[in-house]
Amino acid sequence: MSYGSTTSACRALLQRDLSLVWRQRGDALNPVLFAVMVVALFPFALGPEPTMLARIAAGTVLVALLLAGLLSLDALFRSDLEDGSLEQLVLSPHPLALLLACKIAVHWLTTALPLLLVAPLLGELLYLPQPVLPVLMVALVLSTPLLSLIGAVCVALTVGMRRSGMLLALLVLPLYVPVLIFAAGACNAAQQGLPVLAPLLWLGAGLALALVLAPLACAAALRISLS
Amino acid sequence: MNPLVLWFHKLGSPPYFYRFAGRLLPWFWGAALAGLAIGLYGGLVLAPADYQQSDAFRIIYVHVPSAWMSLFIYAFMAVNGFIALVWRIKLSETLAMAAAPIGAAFTFICLATGSIWGKPMWGTWWTWDARLTSELVLLFLYLGVLGLHQAIEDRRQAARAAAFLALIGIVNLPIVHFSVNWWNTLHQGDTVKLFGPSLIDSRMLWPLLVMAVATKFLFAASLLSRARVDLLELESGKDWARQIALAEERA
Amino acid sequence: MSEFVSMGGYGGYVWSAIAIFLVTLALEAAAPLLKRRRVLRELRGRLRRARKSNEENT
Repeated sequence: MSYGSTTSACRALLQRDLSLVWRQRGDALNPVLFAVMVVALFPFALGPEPTMLARIAAGTVLVALLLAGLLSLDALFRSDLEDGSLEQLVLSPHPLALLLACKIAVHWLTTALPLLLVAPLLGELLYLPQPVLPVLMVALVLSTPLLSLIGAVCVALTVGMRRSGMLLALLVLPLYVPVLIFAAGACNAAQQGLPVLAPLLWLGAGLALALVLAPLACAAALRISLS
Repeated sequence: MNPLVLWFHKLGSPPYFYRFAGRLLPWFWGAALAGLAIGLYGGLVLAPADYQQSDAFRIIYVHVPSAWMSLFIYAFMAVNGFIALVWRIKLSETLAMAAAPIGAAFTFICLATGSIWGKPMWGTWWTWDARLTSELVLLFLYLGVLGLHQAIEDRRQAARAAAFLALIGIVNLPIVHFSVNWWNTLHQGDTVKLFGPSLIDSRMLWPLLVMAVATKFLFAASLLSRARVDLLELESGKDWARQIALAEERA
Repeated sequence: MSEFVSMGGYGGYVWSAIAIFLVTLALEAAAPLLKRRRVLRELRGRLRRARKSNEENT
């Protein structure tokens, strides 16, 4: 029996996931809405002075995007588990890590990319200083895929559970700490006029490492929780 | 077969391990309690007061051994988790999961006593210092492992998933430590070094080393008694577990 | 003796740290003993039920 090539399997998977998201495009905007609401709460809590808000702007945007991403992670394998296609993926003759990497890529495209697009708007809401914005965007471009990759491993571990939300946060947040530190570190350095290259390079190194290792770890975790 | 290897294989069988651990337990508890008593007496009474920190430095005798144990137990858990995932040895799963709550307890002690020490020395209960923060992340990792183990119904699958999480954690832990160090540091440097001369008076040092050994014994004792109970629960359908239950009833 | 208790003015800090250490470890050591009792009780209950249903069947 012939199975077709691995590339065609990946392409089919990407097409299927993207069209599934497209048919429910209303849901895809939920994380964006959540991030906007979280950011809007900060001026209410801290007062409207522009200097104060400008100081916390970059960090707040990072945390808001991180939480929005966390919220959407839960759904990464949910519908596939319910309709049984996740088991089909695990049983398929193609390398599971590669297929999962495709799924994670789709997840990043559909949840993190809209968040990236609204990030300048969120920064503007909090009076983010103009020179910091490009650094914030670069940090986000490097850190959001990293967050999706790390998160996917933890989602794979909790995949069978009915109420996994709180537990998922507990598993994921300690692993997010270094990413947040380097992303926020770059923004703070930019705000103080210091060189920003080092933390961004660390983020890039982390991303390169996670791109290779996280899909493998995700596949191993999925095999454990579906066994 | 080599007798040592044979013995190792036998140790992997739950009823044999149960009896073997039961014989070791009183010795381990005894060594742990004696060590704690000697170490605390040496630390609190015999050791001279520090010239900078006066008597407040005596918190070191519970704080530093706990910090060492929190890392040691995490490594132990990860190694056993690795063995459990690769060779699927039931005993390793049990040992890895029995170690998690003990490690969490030591991490909690380390954080609590550290903050009590910080109050007179730094003037605050908590600072976002690099080591304190990594220790806090370590506590979250322990809680994550425990939470995942609790949340999955099937005990063996739960142990494997939690062991996998422990392995991810041990990859992440050096990264967390490095990043937090890069972010902020204020903690005093290492005063006890494995290689080269320590920066501590020998009258202050020996109780610390005794405490370190005593906490190792305490961990071993608690680990074995937890593993015994977990095996009993895991194997409650088997004959040897039934016989133990009936023997206890008659006694 | 009171000098020993006061620890050069740091008594509260030192003794509370020692107390946290000892109490946490005592609780941690007691947990498996309690669990052992529960596990054995459940096991005996299950055996008793099995024996009873056996007697009813024969």
